[in-house]
Amino acid sequence: MVVNLIVFFGLALAAVASAIGLLLSKNAVYAALNLILNFVTVSIFYVLLAAPFIALLQITVYAGAIMVLFLFVIMLLGAEKLSAGAVLPWQRPVAFGLGVILLIEAGYVTIFRGGPAVEAGATTAGFGSPAIIGDLLFNTYLLPFEIISILLLAAMVGAIVLTKKRKQHE
Amino acid sequence: MNSLLPVQYYIGLSAILFTLGALGVLIRRNAIVVFMSVEMMLNAANLAFVAFARAANSMDGQIFVFFVIAVAASEVAVGLALIVEIFRTKHNINIDQMNSLRN
Repeated sequence: MVVNLIVFFGLALAAVASAIGLLLSKNAVYAALNLILNFVTVSIFYVLLAAPFIALLQITVYAGAIMVLFLFVIMLLGAEKLSAGAVLPWQRPVAFGLGVILLIEAGYVTIFRGGPAVEAGATTAGFGSPAIIGDLLFNTYLLPFEIISILLLAAMVGAIVLTKKRKQHE
Repeated sequence: MNSLLPVQYYIGLSAILFTLGALGVLIRRNAIVVFMSVEMMLNAANLAFVAFARAANSMDGQIFVFFVIAVAASEVAVGLALIVEIFRTKHNINIDQMNSLRN
């Protein structure tokens, strides 16, 4: 139990610290690296929560593919450092106030409306394994799975069309 | 592989990460960093999904996370294409300056 608490709070500290680092870093590349650290810590939480397949998916898709895309675009545009000229001076305090309100609301719901603090019992055999996920995807969730494939195709075509250089028709 | 902590711990962490992501969207002016903050908010929601799936001993939450990751991937592809296109026309990605629909 004590080991579980130490692991949880150590990882939670790493996750929150990297999130704050994303918020505060001036350089967009450092922000991206902080976000990768955040994704990796969250994927370790997935392993602790008996979801090994989702954890590996998180590493490959999020920390791998998506963040490489981000870093590629940052370096392609040369947008690492931008002048932090705040056009609206009142924006930052208002944002902090709204963030504190959101955190208080979320904490209230979690603590008082979250139900009794149940300790999760033992999982069934094969919980979170790729076999069971595949079985669910191709039986119960077949229609959403097909819709997701169409969505991915549309996003791919859209990205290509958006970035293609247009011919100038005078 | 047996985490004995109550699910509330994970939901609390998820709420903190979501709030930090929302703060990033509100505070930062670099469009790419705003995008990354949105990814962090999606990630916090995924953590809540997986925690509840573990507590309820049901696989459906993990399937939802699968779909959320797929939607996030397509969102990033289209969004970054839009940012590249905006940068080509305005040579800037400060979201305070994206205030006109033409030119």
